[in-house]
Amino acid sequence: MRLEYHVTGRDFQAAGEAAAKIKRTLRQIGIDAETARRVGIVAYEAEMNIVIHAYCGIVGIDILPQRVNIYADDEGPGISDIALAMQVGYSTAPEDIREMGFGAGLGLPNMKRYSDELEVTSQVGSGTSIRAVINLPAKEEG
Amino acid sequence: MSHGVRVRDIVDALECEVAAGIGHLDNEVSFGYSSDLLSDVMAGAGPGDVWVTVQVHQNIVAVGSLTGVSAIVVAGGAKPAPETVLKADEEGIPLLTTTKPSFEVIGLLYLMGIRGRVRE
Repeated sequence: MRLEYHVTGRDFQAAGEAAAKIKRTLRQIGIDAETARRVGIVAYEAEMNIVIHAYCGIVGIDILPQRVNIYADDEGPGISDIALAMQVGYSTAPEDIREMGFGAGLGLPNMKRYSDELEVTSQVGSGTSIRAVINLPAKEEG
Repeated sequence: MSHGVRVRDIVDALECEVAAGIGHLDNEVSFGYSSDLLSDVMAGAGPGDVWVTVQVHQNIVAVGSLTGVSAIVVAGGAKPAPETVLKADEEGIPLLTTTKPSFEVIGLLYLMGIRGRVRE
């Protein structure tokens, strides 16, 4: 099952809605609360990265029997030094956005912390792609 | 979480206004979390928490909803934007406002028995 949402850069009105829908849908189809929370956090950070830094993009998930794959692709400035962007506290967000409580340099570290696998690829001047995997807890034999 | 505090107890103790989510004041409170950095809240707050912040734009509702907090307290006399109030009503998240600064709010919550959520 696939869910996919369009995200518009600088649209703080709708920001967070894709992640909220993803989390809600996961709960509705019976995914456990902790997994839904982790997917929600990773999707939120991916969505906010597009809103803050890119022109537009998509955020989506594929729900598979053993895991949830999260993907985000944007058209934007890209990230020149991914290792640096992964560091807690490093951010290129402008001041007006920081004042709103965004751009604290926690987005990518949060994604890493709450996912089981994370891959960030980027081309400067073109865009950024994120692939994250969150494994579902093993089902207990009933 | 033996304190048994509900959101309406916080409204009484802080003498604060309920800007939204009036139908959800019986939400049980687990822990407390305070931060104005949204990604920090995403990482640190958890289900049932009371979240104290001075941010007022509508994205606090998205963060509150995703983390599953039982209430958001907007401290320091900051006024939530109208869209924030609408969204909080839609999502059913109590949005409390007070002129007390964050430090005072957190101190009063602590006196009620609410403790900070400690990250694993």
